[in-house]
Amino acid sequence: MIERSYEKYFRQNHLPHLWCPGCGNGIAMKAIVQAIEKKPGFTQDNTVIVSGIGCSSRASGYMNFDTLHTAHGRAIPFATGIKLARPDLNVIVITGDGDCTAIGGNHFIHGCRRNVDLTVVLFNNNIYGMTGGQASPTTPVGKKATTAPYGSVDRTFDACKLAQAAGATYVARSTAYHVPHLVNMIAGGLDNKGFSFIEALVQCPTAYGRKNRMGSPANMMMWMRDNAVMKAAWDKLPDEKKTGEKFPIGLFYSQSDIDYDTAYDEVIERAGGAKK
Amino acid sequence: MKSDISIKMARCKGCGICVAFCPKQVLALDELGKVRVVNGEACIACGQCELRCPDFAIFVDRVKEAAK
Ligand SMILES: Cc1ncc(C[n+]2csc(CCOP(=O)(O)OP(=O)(O)O)c2C)c(N)n1
Ligand code: SF4
Ligand code: SF4
Ligand code: SF4
Ligand SMILES: [Mg+2]
Repeated sequence: MIERSYEKYFRQNHLPHLWCPGCGNGIAMKAIVQAIEKKPGFTQDNTVIVSGIGCSSRASGYMNFDTLHTAHGRAIPFATGIKLARPDLNVIVITGDGDCTAIGGNHFIHGCRRNVDLTVVLFNNNIYGMTGGQASPTTPVGKKATTAPYGSVDRTFDACKLAQAAGATYVARSTAYHVPHLVNMIAGGLDNKGFSFIEALVQCPTAYGRKNRMGSPANMMMWMRDNAVMKAAWDKLPDEKKTGEKFPIGLFYSQSDIDYDTAYDEVIERAGGAKK
Repeated sequence: MKSDISIKMARCKGCGICVAFCPKQVLALDELGKVRVVNGEACIACGQCELRCPDFAIFVDRVKEAAK
């Protein structure tokens, strides 16, 4: 067998990873390194991976780049700091639905608003996996969690709509089932100079799947296959057919706009220029 | 055989994803809960197992019949 070229992007002595059998995080992490591999401008020396706290955020520990495993909800502020200090670096953020949209929700919307040149990949498993299955802002209404034993009553965030409304300039969604598509969605985000947001739906068989009787990890991926609708088809679908658990995937929004580093350089010029 | 299936056993967690998505029932879980090739001749080298394995434990390479 020929060793796969993406293996160099993993810290071999840290594998196998600690995620549960069948957890989708491994699939999303591999999709990120495969997207990086497509981009000659992204090397192990000029790319930084920043993550928050959660099962998903453990990914940074397995990735053979300069990595930063930060505090819960705070990956985007750390990443913003790196990007301001070293605009030449490529900065990728890995976050979870709790990390990004609950405790880190404010950082998330303001990162979008500033259009910081980051690529943020949200591993959305619809639950707080690491702490045993509490409901998150992306737990669908009616689905169970340890904190919602009769089904969640809180209405659900659509993280992609949130990102777009807050000012992100590249917004896409894919799933752990649609691997080549997920790689492409991430690769498109790496190309965008500005805040890129990619939501990757991932299965958490241990917390979310078990609470909601979704069957095996493979069954959870078949659910993604059967319910995800490509954006082009989704847009043609009459509203009365957008029923049940169906949801759109694909590139939702892409718009070029001034990024935060460039805006900051301009303000430095206006203020009389930096000391050389 | 059209393919060469390699498994990094230390990585396999026996989640069954490859088994479920294999269109030719080539794979099964053994009594230790690890993946095993049970019908290698039937493999069509579609790569579904490798594509979906969350643990990067299974790899499929196409081999030319003549090369064997
Ligand atoms: C400040 C702070 N509050 C709470 C926690 C406990 N905590 C750890 S992970 C987590 C939730 C993680 O959920 P998510 O971001 O969806 O990640 P997942 O584990 O599902 O991948 C919480 C509440 C913490 N580590 N730090
Ligand atoms: S608890 Fe869920 S998200 Fe965390 S490693 Fe296990 S399956 Fe993955
Ligand atoms: S998908 Fe991977 S980890 Fe799961 S049983 Fe197959 S080889 Fe093992
Ligand atoms: S390559 Fe395709 S046919 Fe062969 S074992 Fe994998 S999933 Fe089955
Ligand atoms: Mg989560």
